[in-house]
Amino acid sequence: MLSCSVTGLAVVLVTLAVATLVGVIVRRRNGVPRDVGGDVERLTTGDLGAPLGERATLVQFSSAFCQPCRATRRILSEVTAMVPGVAHLEIDAESRLDLVRSLNIMRTPTVLILDASGRVVKRASGQPRKADVIGALGLAVGE
Amino acid sequence: MQVDPRALRFSAALTTVVLALVLVTGSAWLLAAQAVVFALSLFGASPYGMIFKGIVKSPPSELEDAAPPRFAQAVGLVFALAGLVGYVTQITPLALGATAAALFAAFLNAAFGFCLGCEMFLIIRRIFPAAN
Repeated sequence: MLSCSVTGLAVVLVTLAVATLVGVIVRRRNGVPRDVGGDVERLTTGDLGAPLGERATLVQFSSAFCQPCRATRRILSEVTAMVPGVAHLEIDAESRLDLVRSLNIMRTPTVLILDASGRVVKRASGQPRKADVIGALGLAVGE
Repeated sequence: MQVDPRALRFSAALTTVVLALVLVTGSAWLLAAQAVVFALSLFGASPYGMIFKGIVKSPPSELEDAAPPRFAQAVGLVFALAGLVGYVTQITPLALGATAAALFAAFLNAAFGFCLGCEMFLIIRRIFPAAN
């Protein structure tokens, strides 16, 4: 038998400490729209397979094993119903791995907020709050 | 198929306790039992979920899709089996590393409601796009 009780206890404590830290960071960052670093991406109707919204577009990447995707879909639908000229497109990440790779999407849901020309203004990974989406849309429409 | 999210959190908490005990006691048998629990949960027959149903009688305020947590149970099973191989063959880094990884994910789920196993889906698909 392995006699790793002291080592094992240390592993438990370190694992729980790191997991707590990661959990707090994830909770704080989850769904918050952020500026897109590096090269600014521009998505076209051809990339998306659907027309862009007249003033802005919310692009949601979802997957089959994604618990918060349904709630995200509901939030984005509510926002598009409120703000005229905004389209909501949902893309199955698995079937568009080309886009997933080129945009470096690691999680679902990831929401991209595009302006009228298709430029990615903000990006949120994880379920966003409605107020944050509206705020980011204001930025996309205002420019 | 829909599940009670409270049962999922309860199961994650119980899994956290069991995996911590595995690491402290070094018991391969306990890890084998947890692997069986992961396997049963994969087929919708979670023993921990049944314990929850036995204790809590109130109906859930909302239900969740069962597919994401089941996928996470499969990821948990892979780590539990890897840990089991480590304990049986006495490769200590594998035993501790794999069990700690499973503990890490179970604790994140129990304490924060964050499903790390679910997050692995897209990453696995990015690496193995044709694995259907």
